[in-house]
Amino acid sequence: MVQDKTISSRIFDIVNYTLLLIIGLVTILPFLHVIAGSFTTVTELAQKQFVLFPTVWSLDAYKYVFSTNTVFRSLGVSVGVTFLGTLFSMLLTCLMAYGLSRKDLDGRNFIMFMVLFTMLFSGGMIPTFLVVKEMGLIDTYAALIVPTAINAFNLIIMRNFFQNLPEGLEESAKIDGAGDWGILFRIVIPLSMPAIATISLFYAVTYWNTYMSAILYLNDAAKWPVQVILRQIVILASGLAADTSGMDEFVRPPEQTVKMAVIVIATLPILCVYPFLQKHFAKGALLGSIKG
Amino acid sequence: MRRIIKNRAIYLMILPGFLYFLIFKYIPMSGLIIAFQDYQAYLGVTGSPWVGLKHFERLFTEPMFFTILGNTLLLFFLNLAFYFPVPIILALMLNEVRREVFKRFIQTLVYIPHFMSWVIIVSISFVMLSMDRGIINELLVMAGFEKINFLMSSEWFRPMYVLQIIWREAGWGTIIYLAAMAAIDPGLYEASRIDGASRFRQMWHITLPSIRSVIVVLLILKIGDVLELGFEHIYLLLNSMNRDVAEIFDTYVYTAGLKQGQFSFSTAVGFFKSLIGLILVMLANWLAKKAGEEGIY
Repeated sequence: MVQDKTISSRIFDIVNYTLLLIIGLVTILPFLHVIAGSFTTVTELAQKQFVLFPTVWSLDAYKYVFSTNTVFRSLGVSVGVTFLGTLFSMLLTCLMAYGLSRKDLDGRNFIMFMVLFTMLFSGGMIPTFLVVKEMGLIDTYAALIVPTAINAFNLIIMRNFFQNLPEGLEESAKIDGAGDWGILFRIVIPLSMPAIATISLFYAVTYWNTYMSAILYLNDAAKWPVQVILRQIVILASGLAADTSGMDEFVRPPEQTVKMAVIVIATLPILCVYPFLQKHFAKGALLGSIKG
Repeated sequence: MRRIIKNRAIYLMILPGFLYFLIFKYIPMSGLIIAFQDYQAYLGVTGSPWVGLKHFERLFTEPMFFTILGNTLLLFFLNLAFYFPVPIILALMLNEVRREVFKRFIQTLVYIPHFMSWVIIVSISFVMLSMDRGIINELLVMAGFEKINFLMSSEWFRPMYVLQIIWREAGWGTIIYLAAMAAIDPGLYEASRIDGASRFRQMWHITLPSIRSVIVVLLILKIGDVLELGFEHIYLLLNSMNRDVAEIFDTYVYTAGLKQGQFSFSTAVGFFKSLIGLILVMLANWLAKKAGEEGIY
């Protein structure tokens, strides 16, 4: 585009860049505050309030957090659920998406409609809870995975991606004697790695952030993932929630630095995958927005 | 028939996913019938007695119902009025940035919160807003004001709710608008520049009208979500001090249903909510089509 160099245009740019920079900083400062706060001492935090680069570095908060079993255990649960859940979701999603990407399939439109309709209407919390209960999933880790195994949105993204692969590939594979399973696993999936990586990351983030399934389906505090523990330590310990069940450990309200450390721990994996995530997700989100 | 046999492998691939949707999406939909029963766990859906519209009658006579309906509608309205335009404005601003590196830097920052769970977002807010050493209150004191109990007050709940949504989703919301803006013919801008249009006028007369249909589609989707205000988000913010403004259909269903075991009644509440949501999407879609836009289906 031709640059426009008038004075008013320059002023526009300066104002625009400045505002955007402020917006970017406002978005990120709370996270930085919490990260820095978790690495300092209670006294420094009390004196300075806002710390971006602690002068006194300290791991006290983390030592305290890991002095009890609760956080460790919940991290284990979250890691396991994220790993297994992502695998399970990807398997189901890829199989179904590939099937639905085949244009010669009878009943394809009906199944697509069935999937889309679930995005508009649902049975709601209680009937879903009763189904999960009937399936015997209450208080099992499977309750965190199976009831939310396929995300309709992700399914549609995958299907669109598979559909856009050149048709000739499948045909030539068929001529070479490959069956449908062979085509999917030897040709379609290896060619779809960018999409698979993106959707896997989406699923992984969702599983890592699992909170609602856990409070609905898990009564046993020993099975809680890290997000639920985070709520116990930061939100319930502030004495604010109406429901304070499961407050056995951390009876005394923990110090700010401890709360910050738990927030960092619960956020860390996402901060680690974010750079990888970012490369792909804009494309993924756009694909998903083209429905049908 | 022969085609079905030929494609049996494909049907086998679809089967697990199909069963998933059937079991976890469609059986619960059929489970809505317990809203018309007095559901007893030991009798099951087939054995529980039918009571017609009893639970719906109770719903409409419950004084709490109008508080919840009011809260739900008000929070939705605030969400629409204050959150909805923000990604559009932010996208307009980002679209004007010609330095790719700067643009990508800002995008990287503003996308991050979308990937944090509500627990994390609410926890960070709690740490910052708490009466005890919360940075916002410390700053208020330094500036010579009184501390404010943001977390346990009815007045601060709504602004806090909307600000948290803006904080988490505004950046992410720009993606779709930016994509629509990227598709605008640059010739339009050049022509308008020759006519002497300022940057503002270009935004107003070219960029905005060009993304009109995207805005309409997102608005329809949003209206369809009227009653989906985010159970997780509100549940985390809810406490005894702000219940009068924060209780919405979802949190009420959770408390009445799962905490107090009133399965049939709370299913009726949920059913009412889902139905209104569905009707609103259809209505919004119909309106969009009337207005000459494409709609979502």
